Amino acid sequence: MSGPEVLVVGGGLHGLSAAFHLARRGRRVRVLEAGRLARHASGFSAGGVRTLGRHPAEIPLALEALELWHRIEELVGDDCGFRASGQVKVAESEADLAVLEERAAALRAAGYAHEEMVDAAGLRRLLPAVAPHAVGGMVVRRDGFASPYRTSLAFGRAARGLGAEIVEGARVIAAERRDGLWHLRTADGAEHAAPVLVNAAGAWGARLARHLGEEIPLGFNAFMMMLTARLPAFVTPVVGATARPISFKQAESGQVMIGGGHKGIGSLESGATTLNVERLAYSARTALELFPILAETRIVHAWAGIEGVTPDDIPVIGPSALAEGVIHAFGFCGHGFELGPLVGDIVAQLATQGSTNRPIAAFAPGRFASDRLGGPAAAAPRAALPQPAG
Amino acid sequence: MRRYDLAIAGAGPAGMAAAVEAASLGLSVLVVDEQPAPGGQVFRAVEAAGADPALAGEFLDDGGALVRGFRCATGVDYSPRTALWHVDLATGVISVLRDGVSEEIQASRLLLATGAQERPVPIPGWTLPGVMGAGAAQILLKTAGAVPQGPVVLAGQGPLAWLLAVQLLRAGAGPMTLLETGGKGALWDAFRAGGLWTGRRLLTKGIGLVREARRHGLSVVRGVRDLRAEGEDRVRRVRWAGGELACDTLLLHEGVIPSTHVSRALGLEHHWDEAQRCWRPALDEWGASSHDLVAVAGDGGGIGGWEAAAATGRLAAIDAARRLGRLPAAEAARRAAPHRARLAAALALRPFLDRLYAPAPEVLAPRDDSTIVCRCEEITAGQVREAARLGATGPNQAKAYLRAGMGPCQGRMCGTTVAAVIAAERGISIEQAGTLRPRAPFKPLTVGELAALPPEEVG
Repeated sequence: MSGPEVLVVGGGLHGLSAAFHLARRGRRVRVLEAGRLARHASGFSAGGVRTLGRHPAEIPLALEALELWHRIEELVGDDCGFRASGQVKVAESEADLAVLEERAAALRAAGYAHEEMVDAAGLRRLLPAVAPHAVGGMVVRRDGFASPYRTSLAFGRAARGLGAEIVEGARVIAAERRDGLWHLRTADGAEHAAPVLVNAAGAWGARLARHLGEEIPLGFNAFMMMLTARLPAFVTPVVGATARPISFKQAESGQVMIGGGHKGIGSLESGATTLNVERLAYSARTALELFPILAETRIVHAWAGIEGVTPDDIPVIGPSALAEGVIHAFGFCGHGFELGPLVGDIVAQLATQGSTNRPIAAFAPGRFASDRLGGPAAAAPRAALPQPAG
Repeated sequence: MRRYDLAIAGAGPAGMAAAVEAASLGLSVLVVDEQPAPGGQVFRAVEAAGADPALAGEFLDDGGALVRGFRCATGVDYSPRTALWHVDLATGVISVLRDGVSEEIQASRLLLATGAQERPVPIPGWTLPGVMGAGAAQILLKTAGAVPQGPVVLAGQGPLAWLLAVQLLRAGAGPMTLLETGGKGALWDAFRAGGLWTGRRLLTKGIGLVREARRHGLSVVRGVRDLRAEGEDRVRRVRWAGGELACDTLLLHEGVIPSTHVSRALGLEHHWDEAQRCWRPALDEWGASSHDLVAVAGDGGGIGGWEAAAATGRLAAIDAARRLGRLPAAEAARRAAPHRARLAAALALRPFLDRLYAPAPEVLAPRDDSTIVCRCEEITAGQVREAARLGATGPNQAKAYLRAGMGPCQGRMCGTTVAAVIAAERGISIEQAGTLRPRAPFKPLTVGELAALPPEEVG
């Protein structure tokens, strides 16, 4: 049997989506996952399917991905827990409202109509339990949420069904380009070779890039999430705020998930994460201020998942600027889940035809070249609105 | 922020003994415990029990003495009704919750003395009202003097099953039947484990319990398999292969297992103990865990009973003093010697008991697909098997997939069962399936309680 045509490093949603879309195109593809599938951000994210409040460069991708979400079962044979619950960004002050209105105007000017402003009454129709100080908001009714782990496994299963190989416990420790092939060695001593290499290694993406001879600045965060005990249904859409990082939703089980970007402590070496109790308390305060109904609800789980973060808070997607036969898709900064079903298709286009019809110039891996020696990732300077993680 | 040399979670025999020993060595000690009074599960509410004849014997005598010693110790801050809900292993800061107020405390060393929990017994119908763990029935007896009315069936095995039978019969419980689930040949297998002479005092105690239970009219059916609880609104009868009995109360008991919720959440190294069919943390001879900051004493480190627990508590306290530079190593070794001897004596009968009362495979992994394994989320064994077929390789994957273990019990009840079901389905060992990694908060706290922590600037 002949070897793979594409090696995908990383068994998270993006790697598995790439494998799926490559296998659909009849390519022989092998996924190398260092640990277990969806072990990090792909399994631990809040699962927001959000086009609302996207960075301008991400909007076209997010909108196209949303169409995939609405027919996800057709695509991968599993509904992935997707629910089109809508997503709402709450304005907590007149200043917030002004920010949202400015955003809405800018989007209209750019020809987008998916984000819809609502006034205080409209907001209360969407969120009857929202705190009295909320003055309005912005909504995308076709947005929603899905189950991250289930989605990742569904893509993995669908990829396998189309002939993709998925190898767990295969940690890449060396990479070399030889005779037109990437030769990867894994910690278990195995060798894998293929002409094309997809770097979907998430928070570890920059480490892999370095193995391939390319420096890409990437920090990481351990985004924290909390899950409460069951409550009677009181909120349908996924909720965010305008001026502070929060992402809030009630699952069908009645449990409320609170996340949005507060950071715990993580280690890239071990993959382990620790909560930062003070910051978790900050998330709890924000959630409580938005939804006072939560005061007596018990938090039953809190956790943190490691996610790569770039200096400009948008991902790295595209062919390597330096290394031949390498396509990067990592560093999604805590908001890559919604893009997953589409980015795999973009990667597959790049791998099979050398180009894509989607606008990905803003995500070019070479865009950081001038600050290649820069330090850890800074906060998003260019995003119009702070994007909640998950 | 308050600071202590040694923070102890749990005021059972291990935690109390450790606190007394550590204080006598000059350490500043904090004991946090979820119960309103010291004693742990085994000596729960012993101070309030007075001279209740149903609880006479070891419970009142030895338990009472331990608690009095703990109450008298100076240099111990004892915080009842307090839950440990987070530990930052990098800094030694622990988060505790008392009366709705969360507090962070700096500890130089942490001792987990979290004790044992009943092994979940997931049989068909075990979630019906009227079915409960024998331990829960014992708690009701100890704290409220509550005794089940009507016919009672006690199903399972183990020393605690006999003890509870005696305590309930003394307290005037209705007609009672013990359905013993022990395997045929377990007794002979157990005899080969030895330890009977060294452990003769405990053995005699056990035989005394069996005799007393029979004197009170306990009927016993042996070799019971394939138990199921039946009834519409509540349990009405219990069936097994070859028999059935009407009952109003069904008490299940297949022994106790270490309560490893916190030690697993902290990521300490654990091993599957095949003899006791449970997870236990990897510990050295002082109870020190795989993490420099943390030790484990008592049944939380492996089931040994309260005497062993007290001895391991003393050893962990001595080790804490040595590690903190308050006790030379030679002195620590000298001081440890009598406790090591007591520990060996207390554990001598363990191999015999472990073999005699080894749970049947279906207790670990229920065969019937409709049996609920995760009570909080009502996930069945069949659903877990299906998740295993779809790719879930262990309990953490099943949690992400099915939410098994994401409910209020945080996986305390289902973690091991889910691992065993997946292991059986995938043809791997339970050790390979792995432990469920619980998440903080170790005990649920409310959003309001968390939000009330003093603010910190968030960048």
